[in-house]
Amino acid sequence: MTYIAKPKIDMPGERRNEIGLRQRDYEGALSTLCAGCGHDSITAAIVQAFWELAIPPEKVIKLSGIGCSSKTPAYFISGAHGFNSVHGRMPSVATGALAGNRDLVCIAVSGDGDSLSIGFGQFGHAVRRNINMLYIIENNGVYGLTKGQFSASADPGSKAKYGEVNRMKAIDPVATTIALGGSFAARSFSGDREQLVPLIKAGLRHPGCAVLDVVSPCVTFNDHVGSTKSYAHTREHYYPAVHTDFIPPSKEIKASYDEGEVMPVELHDGSRLLLKKTDADYDPSSRSAAMRYLEEHSSQGQVVTGLLFISPDLPEMHTISGTAAQPLARTAYEDLNPGQAALAELQKDLK
Amino acid sequence: MKRTDTSNPDFFHKVVDCQWGCPAHTDVPEYIRMIAQGDFTGAYMLNRESNIFPGILGRVCDRPCEPACRRGRTNEKPVAICRLKRVAADHRDDISDLMPVIPTQKNGKKIALVGAGCASLAVANDLMPMGYECTMFEALQVPGGLMRSNIPAFRLPAEVLDEEIAMITDMGVDLRLNSPIKSMKDLLKEGYDAVFVGTGAPKGKELKLPGREQGGDNIHIGIAWLESVAFGHIDKIGKQVLIIGVGNTAMDCCRTSLRLGADNVKVIARKPRGFFKASDWELEDAEEENVDIVINHSPKEFVIEGGKLVGMKFDVMEYDIEGGRIKEQRVTDEVFIPCDDVVLAIGQENAFPWIERDIGIEFDQWDVPVVDKTTFESTLQGVYFGGDAAFGPENIIWAVEHGHQAAISIHQHCHQRPLTERLPVTMNLGSRKMGIHEWSYSNNFDPAARRKMEHVPLETRFKQLTTEVELGFTWEQAKQEVERCLNCDIQTVFTDDLCIECDACLDICPTDCLTITRNGDEEDLVTRLLAPRLEKDQPLFVSGELKQTHRVMVKDENLCVHCGLCAERCPTAAWDMQKSLLNFPRASDHDGGAAKAREGKAA
Ligand SMILES: Cc1cc2nc3c(=O)[nH]c(=O)nc-3n(C[C@H](O)[C@H](O)[C@H](O)COP(=O)(O)OP(=O)(O)OC[C@H]3O[C@@H](n4cnc5c(N)ncnc54)[C@H](O)[C@@H]3O)c2cc1C
Ligand SMILES: Cc1ncc(C[n+]2csc(CCOP(=O)(O)OP(=O)(O)O)c2C)c(N)n1
Ligand code: SF4
Ligand code: SF4
Ligand code: SF4
Ligand SMILES: [Mg+2]
Repeated sequence: MTYIAKPKIDMPGERRNEIGLRQRDYEGALSTLCAGCGHDSITAAIVQAFWELAIPPEKVIKLSGIGCSSKTPAYFISGAHGFNSVHGRMPSVATGALAGNRDLVCIAVSGDGDSLSIGFGQFGHAVRRNINMLYIIENNGVYGLTKGQFSASADPGSKAKYGEVNRMKAIDPVATTIALGGSFAARSFSGDREQLVPLIKAGLRHPGCAVLDVVSPCVTFNDHVGSTKSYAHTREHYYPAVHTDFIPPSKEIKASYDEGEVMPVELHDGSRLLLKKTDADYDPSSRSAAMRYLEEHSSQGQVVTGLLFISPDLPEMHTISGTAAQPLARTAYEDLNPGQAALAELQKDLK
Repeated sequence: MKRTDTSNPDFFHKVVDCQWGCPAHTDVPEYIRMIAQGDFTGAYMLNRESNIFPGILGRVCDRPCEPACRRGRTNEKPVAICRLKRVAADHRDDISDLMPVIPTQKNGKKIALVGAGCASLAVANDLMPMGYECTMFEALQVPGGLMRSNIPAFRLPAEVLDEEIAMITDMGVDLRLNSPIKSMKDLLKEGYDAVFVGTGAPKGKELKLPGREQGGDNIHIGIAWLESVAFGHIDKIGKQVLIIGVGNTAMDCCRTSLRLGADNVKVIARKPRGFFKASDWELEDAEEENVDIVINHSPKEFVIEGGKLVGMKFDVMEYDIEGGRIKEQRVTDEVFIPCDDVVLAIGQENAFPWIERDIGIEFDQWDVPVVDKTTFESTLQGVYFGGDAAFGPENIIWAVEHGHQAAISIHQHCHQRPLTERLPVTMNLGSRKMGIHEWSYSNNFDPAARRKMEHVPLETRFKQLTTEVELGFTWEQAKQEVERCLNCDIQTVFTDDLCIECDACLDICPTDCLTITRNGDEEDLVTRLLAPRLEKDQPLFVSGELKQTHRVMVKDENLCVHCGLCAERCPTAAWDMQKSLLNFPRASDHDGGAAKAREGKAA
């Protein structure tokens, strides 16, 4: 961390987005994370993605649980709504918040401990409900905030900074999402901004629960030799399987592409994703193919990244439960609570 | 691109925009920090080392450092560098103990300095402490050159001049006043080891138009007129005055006229604003005094009635301007403007009637001496030129720098060493890290706006010619202004193989001046910078290949505000904030041992 806040300096030639905001208007408070923490890098990618999508800050809700990663919503979009929940319970709060106001753009930031250890159950149900949110797991293989104990995503054989070797199997949030019937599963790396930013945009625009697992080295407790979540190890075993281009609704697709290697995906709001695959025969729209692909490559120690599975047509929570299009938060009290007489009327039919 | 060679002192020197812009390379950020710490004496002495006249220059320097100031590139006004120099001079203690000791044992070398302006004074300043015997010949009855005879006392009080000139003459200079040199040939016969010509550019330009002869008594040549005012030979002027020309001399002439009884002063410019030669602040000060600046008027005739000047005729001009250049011009009208007096302020020239043309000192086609740009030697060995005498009218700070360089040449010449054997500029880097989040400089960006200099009220300022207009910064103002300095000499120093490419520095940088990207040639590389490259002349730093991805760290020095956040955020200390201490060798360093001793001084 630093002691002085990043100053806001007026520079000539500073760019503004479609709603007239500068990138720094999407920044947040001074980060208190360790210098060099991958989480800060993800924060910067989030700032860039929101700025480029020109989402009004007041339309955004930021949610998190507990952990270094869960602290990060304080460090982006100061003008957004937010809720820092208890450990592992962010998905419940997200469910409630979006039930109340379905028009909000929801970004949730969690950690591997927050979502795969204590909050594994809640994580599963967020995926199952297909809540319309971007669910980022800042994955460093440890509980950073409590000084580096192994989390449930630590790879077997990985060595802790104090010497202990992990002997348990790792939970892969991407594989879990696919297995649970999720609609969007992607993986990236805090050190690869070029890949990360389009994935964040795609996840924000995806109509359902977009799980984005981001390998995010903990420089303080898990960046040593023997760690499988360090900057160096991740870079050595990095395997980008799908490159994603995010194209907003208004933009034309300019580049011509070869059918076999590029898969276009259209989202409901008209934005498009161009998925360029490293292996032509890999199909990110097939649940079983994606599972097989992941298994094959991760058994070779590769960190497979990219938008690995997507099914934009699966119904999200509101569609499943058939709720009104108008957010409850903006529905008049008389309509929400039509009164005694209306209740009596309703009960007549139920008798 | 190849890895930037930051061991070349020019690289980091260029980052210190003010110091790079200052002809004498004054260590501006260091003296500003000294002021911030209340060390006015230290700040004064540091200034004196390079520019010799901090009190004078703190008032009237042409301040090329200010347009160069980095602060000006953040959509703000530059730091008031010049005013802060005056703060050091106003508040310093007695410095007699800190002045160089003049050896009683002289080195046997005798130097003649012609003219007692700032150029000659600078030469004496450098040579006297080395044991040289300097004789300074001055035509006038007081030393100081144009600083005395032309810069009005309401901008530069006599006491300030006296004090700073005395610091040099008191070193034991043999100052001969009222002693114009009338023949170089004769002077050369007197057996001096070297002669320095610092006689300035003493000839004001004429305007030969109809009526010039008849209007003689009421048409004045600016610099001669200012000199007469300075020495009390002229103490009044008519009510309506026209100043022809719009340079700094014109500004002094119009403001002086107001103090001698004029109540309607017009400065006549041939071209529109933007083409004016006067500095912005001099224009501002004149306009504050209600001087009328009339543009697009080209002088045509002095109008005489009954043998007396009654006004001037002008052609009214129209210009087609494209990209700051005049493409086309035409006369659209003719006007008459009445006046009692006219002051011509359209430029100065060198004049050397006293230098014989057959003694080996070559003059070029414009009758200007041929002088070497580095050594300041003329075509006659042992004769040097500096200040306005060398290359035409400039300013005080250039004259001082010429003096420093000429002193080196004189020293080499007197010791039979080639003049070109000059010590290079050297640089020392020293870390400013104090603790994890602590630096030994004030790194937090202060958004304060430039402080405004207070002036003596208009009602009182014209009463006396010598009333200094600027009041100087109050302590409160100075305290705020010093914090505006961005500490450009506290450099970001990068160690390639420590970087783990975590992007922390890129993310925290408030101006996006850092980028990690794949290497390429300059044209290609700059397309990938996080912030657009706005100033092509500003240095670009490119690291060596980074370990993990073989990309490079690129920094656009133009945008850096030296906040140190990159170094604070870097988990591996790949970035560090280090003070670049530049050493500009002086004559005294050219003795071999001395230079090495200075190089060894810790940053
Ligand atoms: C009106 C006016 C205002 C100015 N304002 C500023 C300003 O605000 N800031 C700034 O930086 N610059 C200013 N300048 C420019 C600055 O004054 C000069 O650039 C500077 O003084 C040059 O110094 P110098 O030592 O080369 O010559 P000078 O200052 O001209 O000194 C030359 C000296 O040599 C003497 N001399 C000449 N011939 C002989 C001889 N044959 N024998 C003996 N002595 C001789 C002269 O009497 C004079 O004293 C101004 C100039 C003018 C005309
Ligand atoms: C109910 C509860 N149990 C335990 C803790 C202690 N605790 C705080 S953060 C944390 C782990 C966070 O790990 P992760 O989500 O991976 O975040 P990181 O710090 O690694 O980013 C734990 C166990 C807690 N705050 N609350
Ligand atoms: S402990 Fe680890 S995860 Fe937490 S801030 Fe520090 S580096 Fe980041
Ligand atoms: S000091 Fe570092 S963080 Fe600050 S502006 Fe310069 S490069 Fe950016
Ligand atoms: S913060 Fe340090 S280690 Fe990280 S990218 Fe910057 S220089 Fe490299
Ligand atoms: Mg963790």
